[in-house]
Amino acid sequence: MNELLLKITFALIVVVVLMTLCAYSVLAERKVSSWIQGRVGPNRTTLPLIGSLPVIGPMLTRLGIFQPAADGLKFLFKEDVIPGHVNKFYYVLAPIISLIPALTTVTVVPFGHFIYEETGRTIPLVLADIDVGILFLFAVGSLGVYSIVLAGWAANSKYPFLGGIRASAQMISYELAMGLSVLPVFMWVNKPGMEGTLSLYDVVVAQEGLWFAMWMPVSALIFLVSIFAETNRLPFDMAEAETELVGGFHTEYSSFKFGLFFVGEYAHMVVGGAVMTLLFLGGWHPLPFLPWELTGIMGAVVSVLTFLGKSLFFMFLFIWVRWTLPRFRYDQVMRLGWQIMLPLSIANLIAYAIIIYFLDT
Amino acid sequence: MAIILKRKPLNLLEKLYLPQIVAGLSTTLKHMVAPKETMEYPEERPPIPKGYRGVPTLVKDPEGREKCVSCQLCEFVCPPKAIRIIPGEIQDEEHANVEKAPKEFDIDMLRCIYCGMCEEVCPEEAIWLQNQYSMSGYSREEMVNNKEKLYELGGTLPDQHFKWKKKKEAEAAGNAH
Amino acid sequence: MSDDQKDDGLISVFIDGEEVRTKPGTNIIEVAASVGKEIPHYCYHPKLSVSGNCRMCLVELGMPGKDRATGKPMLNDDGSPKIMFFPGPAIGCGTNAAPNMHIKTDSDMVKECREGVTEFLLANHPLDCPICDQAGECRLQEFSTSHGAGYSRFVEQKNVKPKRTRLGPRVMLDDERCILCSRCIRFCQEVADDDVLGFTDRGSYSTLTCFPGKQLENNYSLNTVDICPVGALTSTDFRFKMRVWFLKQVKSIDFETSVGCNTEVWSREGKIYRITPRRNDAVNDTWMPDSGRELYKLVESDDRLEICQVDQVKVSPSEALSKAVELLQASDGLAIVGSGRCSVEEQYALKKIAETTKAVGVYLVGRYGEDDGILVSKDRNPNVRGALMTGLIDSLPEESLSELGAKIDSGEVKAILSVKEDLIAAGLSKAQLQKVALISLDTQSYPSTEVAKVAIAGLTPFERSGALVNQQFRIQKFHKAVPGPSGAVDDLVALGTIQANLSGESFPSTVASIWKSLGESGPFEGLSFQSISDEGILLDGTGFDSLPFVEGKSLHFEPKQEAVAAE
Repeated sequence: MNELLLKITFALIVVVVLMTLCAYSVLAERKVSSWIQGRVGPNRTTLPLIGSLPVIGPMLTRLGIFQPAADGLKFLFKEDVIPGHVNKFYYVLAPIISLIPALTTVTVVPFGHFIYEETGRTIPLVLADIDVGILFLFAVGSLGVYSIVLAGWAANSKYPFLGGIRASAQMISYELAMGLSVLPVFMWVNKPGMEGTLSLYDVVVAQEGLWFAMWMPVSALIFLVSIFAETNRLPFDMAEAETELVGGFHTEYSSFKFGLFFVGEYAHMVVGGAVMTLLFLGGWHPLPFLPWELTGIMGAVVSVLTFLGKSLFFMFLFIWVRWTLPRFRYDQVMRLGWQIMLPLSIANLIAYAIIIYFLDT
Repeated sequence: MAIILKRKPLNLLEKLYLPQIVAGLSTTLKHMVAPKETMEYPEERPPIPKGYRGVPTLVKDPEGREKCVSCQLCEFVCPPKAIRIIPGEIQDEEHANVEKAPKEFDIDMLRCIYCGMCEEVCPEEAIWLQNQYSMSGYSREEMVNNKEKLYELGGTLPDQHFKWKKKKEAEAAGNAH
Repeated sequence: MSDDQKDDGLISVFIDGEEVRTKPGTNIIEVAASVGKEIPHYCYHPKLSVSGNCRMCLVELGMPGKDRATGKPMLNDDGSPKIMFFPGPAIGCGTNAAPNMHIKTDSDMVKECREGVTEFLLANHPLDCPICDQAGECRLQEFSTSHGAGYSRFVEQKNVKPKRTRLGPRVMLDDERCILCSRCIRFCQEVADDDVLGFTDRGSYSTLTCFPGKQLENNYSLNTVDICPVGALTSTDFRFKMRVWFLKQVKSIDFETSVGCNTEVWSREGKIYRITPRRNDAVNDTWMPDSGRELYKLVESDDRLEICQVDQVKVSPSEALSKAVELLQASDGLAIVGSGRCSVEEQYALKKIAETTKAVGVYLVGRYGEDDGILVSKDRNPNVRGALMTGLIDSLPEESLSELGAKIDSGEVKAILSVKEDLIAAGLSKAQLQKVALISLDTQSYPSTEVAKVAIAGLTPFERSGALVNQQFRIQKFHKAVPGPSGAVDDLVALGTIQANLSGESFPSTVASIWKSLGESGPFEGLSFQSISDEGILLDGTGFDSLPFVEGKSLHFEPKQEAVAAE
């Protein structure tokens, strides 16, 4: 009973943190884009009490800290338009589906560890520490494409339809390379003679010394590029290429349903960044070859913060890249996916298979 | 004849595309920390260059008299017919040299095209397009500047001529008959 | 010069080398004007005596040279007559054309003269144009642009003279602007016959003033404003009201009396600002009485009837007209009270209504006042002769409608169709009017309008077109200057609709179409509205010689001898 209560509390905390992260990623997106473009970004929204504090209030206002609240409220209170020509069931279902995989994948993402001071026993901070972690992650994460396909289909109009088709083809193309790129990591983690594991926690543990990004840079790069493609971020935002497709798959959505898509997209990004951190950047290890000495609550907090920092760097990277690179043409996306990424990941896999074979023997 | 320019073949690094991405990222990063170009409008205002053609206004001379004598040339010349004047007579001795002033002077800012022809045609230098550039209102009526508003916007401008004063000077010089 | 003395009695003069045939005794300004050459002038006015004091019309004159010894014409080398030009210029207004005279209107000397005159005139003229009512129609403005130097050498201080002097109830004087042309003085002496204006002092001190104890208050005082070439004389009524360049001019007729002065109505955006005379040498020359200039105030007067009424309830024009038709059809014993202020077309329509309804009586209300021998006649109805010629009436109207009153009292008259007349002012009592079904077509709300069953809001003369026949039996046109109120209906449309509904036949309701039947036969045979020129057409009025017309002599009208004898 206590166990369950604890789990629920944890789950709630994780969801709240994830949602807050999403909200502030939107703010970050707006702020970073304006800074890159020489603007100041949202700096007007304020709250009655906090906003009128001396020094802090105006500073927070200028940083746009209260903007996500206004944005969220706007989504809530806008008129919810359901166009007459849509397939109503799928139309309503699609935005729900978009959020579910993002929230589900987060359950298997470990975000720190806790070391008992007395016993030195280490437990991972994760909602569900399952052995098939990475498999579960890929499996559930790729369900996200269904929301886009459904949205494109249910909207029953040209732009969403094209956006949906593009998204499905693109996500399938890059999932291959992504899957193959992480195999060397698990080949190394699962040493011969040991019990096999696909748990993300074990991957992090294996990175106490060298981070995988350091000696598997090609894998890291392929994975990073694939994450970009999977989350439909520029330069791969074929699904909603606004210059071509108006809004892409969510053209016909408004109000809270659009908000769900929006949040789902950013949740995907957060999870993507987290997984990238776990697999290649040493998870919650602050630096390579730095032995972990902090224990107890203090240790847990530091581990979580380290992990969050690394993940947030990836969030920033996503935003940074978006406002730097132009969008690919669709044929370029496909060519990159099938002709470059896939062969490269296969070659990478073979190369590391051989390397790891020699290292292990 | 068409000229065909051969594109330079890319070397391996260029083909990799990654250095270019990094270069691009560093460029945007530089911009991110660079000082911002934004002018935060209601608080900050752009410097208005000399000769700017803003909202047309009526001005008073340094002695506080209204310069406009309602000759209606601006009303005549106004291409979109934004100006509407009802002339009137002034009786008070203070303005004894000038007999005429506008009773009503309306400029419909919804019609005004800021061409400045009223300023150009004005024989009294009474109407000026000054540096006021933002006009807004909630109704059409609000967007019609009446005489009081026009004088409020215009204020006082220095006068080189004091055209009407010359007559008083002449009178004082003994030219009165 | 035998070849010049042709049978037509015209002489040849040469303006800038071009031969012009003209009557002997015509002055040079008029001769030049007849071939479209304008010689600038301020003091000269075709209808006033020549004073020659502005010196603007200076031209070079010359005659073919004659050898003194032999008396033979002097010839140039090519055999053409040699022209001996006078060493100095001469004024065009004061010089009559002489046979074979040569006139240079554009030579260097003439230009120099004009420039010099203009410079002197402008020396003391204030730069008042922005506030001057004359701006836009100011001769000085025009000529200083076309003949002036374009800059000022005058550095001294200008003269200061009285401004805003009240010369009379309707005329204001600004002495600074006066260029001393004396047109106004001559007008008062020669036309208005009220010698009140004159110059005092000399040189640049000259000032126009009224004679002590007198005022410029005759009924023609505003003509001085019209002929003033600058803005010295301005009309109190029009002063500072509107710039002339905004105003649209429409040709009209003065409705005040049977003289029928030709006028121009100046309006902007449906609002009339002033009425000025229009030159017609056969009727009013270039003058009109002041009283006629105030008539436009009817258009926006307080008692204007703007909306039709049935039993004092406001209704649309069509409702009022159908109610009027209903009443007219229901009642026998209809009397029609027409008006001498109606146009010929409306009187014709009334006549047709009278015929259709077999009206028991057709009346006009006579209006008589004093005449002044100039442009105000005794008959204050502008179109009594029109009513006679259309056959609406056959005798001159009485001032009082007592005959109609008797018929109401006896019960013979049960309905009255009255047009533009206040029946109570014409001698009927309220009680009498309440006994009958009164249908009135008015522009103002008269006491009789208040007892009318149907009151149709009509249009003032400035809001409709038509033709009038004046005391000379001259038919003249007036035109619509401004639109009428939205609730009113054109008089002719109203009468035409009533007639069409009563007779069951179509009846024209526009001026142009009604002239098709008017011009078919009768006194207007062969005429159409378009064919009446702006000067009007003199009709044959001999058929009415037996009627005792009351008009006395006026500017261009001589009463018939019998009428004078009868008086």
